Amino acid sequence: MAQNMTADAAHAHDEHHESPVVFGFWLYLMTDCIIFGTLFAVFAVLRDQFAGGPTGHEVFELSGVGIETAILLFSSITYGFGMIAAHENKVSTMRTWLGVTFLLGLGFLFMEIREFSHMIAEGNGPDRSAFLSSFFTLVGTHGLHVTCGLLWMAVLLFQTAGKTELNERMIGKLTCLSLFWHFLDIVWICVFTFVYLMSVI
Amino acid sequence: MGDHISSSGESHGSVGSYLTGFVLAVILTVAAFGLVMSHAMSPSATGGAIALLAVVQIVVHLIYFLHMNGSSEQRWNVMAFVFTVLSVLVLVAGTMFIMHDTSINMMSR
Repeated sequence: MAQNMTADAAHAHDEHHESPVVFGFWLYLMTDCIIFGTLFAVFAVLRDQFAGGPTGHEVFELSGVGIETAILLFSSITYGFGMIAAHENKVSTMRTWLGVTFLLGLGFLFMEIREFSHMIAEGNGPDRSAFLSSFFTLVGTHGLHVTCGLLWMAVLLFQTAGKTELNERMIGKLTCLSLFWHFLDIVWICVFTFVYLMSVI
Repeated sequence: MGDHISSSGESHGSVGSYLTGFVLAVILTVAAFGLVMSHAMSPSATGGAIALLAVVQIVVHLIYFLHMNGSSEQRWNVMAFVFTVLSVLVLVAGTMFIMHDTSINMMSR
């Protein structure tokens, strides 16, 4: 047990060495926060400029949004389990959880694209009103981030293929993506609250 | 597995902490959707309540999924985050105030 403790302490000490990378990525996420902050401000200003077009009440389907929210929440916890496996150096378990997260992310993206194409097919595209322009910009930017996260996840799955253990560098990469993925879930909380739910009250 | 390895435990969480965060997040999300779908309160009260639920859920995610805490190794992360939150608040509140004021003076509403 005493040996375990020193090993853990050494492990924790090693992690401090790669923390500049993680901290740098954290700062990038903060700038991303500002991007989403501006887009939320735009939406807040334009949310009742319907130009005779449909209101949020008419175009949003809460059941679909609920399923999207559930998918993202599940993908957050599956990625978390993947990170726990990564820290225990269980590569195949980590890859399984990452694969599950990838599929959930793909499901989220599929639902969002279906919602968007459905709205555009009905003539309620981003060109219909200022409200819909700001809606598509905000939610589309979030969807673009999810797409980038999925590409990144695919790259990490490729890079860890056939590996039996993870080095500090790979753990750092996985940690950065975990921050990114959980950050996107936080942005989604604001999206479903301030965009979807507020519009249908 | 006791508190003696908490420094490494805190930095990447445990199954228990992820599950706690997940359950709290589910409760808060369901509460927000339930409040809106059941029309239990007046529109303005519902708006305030779901905004509050969102803020609480963000804090839950930050603690249980992003592992933010008050430890010294996290000081700069937290400081950068607080500065960003302040910037976003100024940005959003300032934008809404200016644009509302403009539209009132232009009598476009």
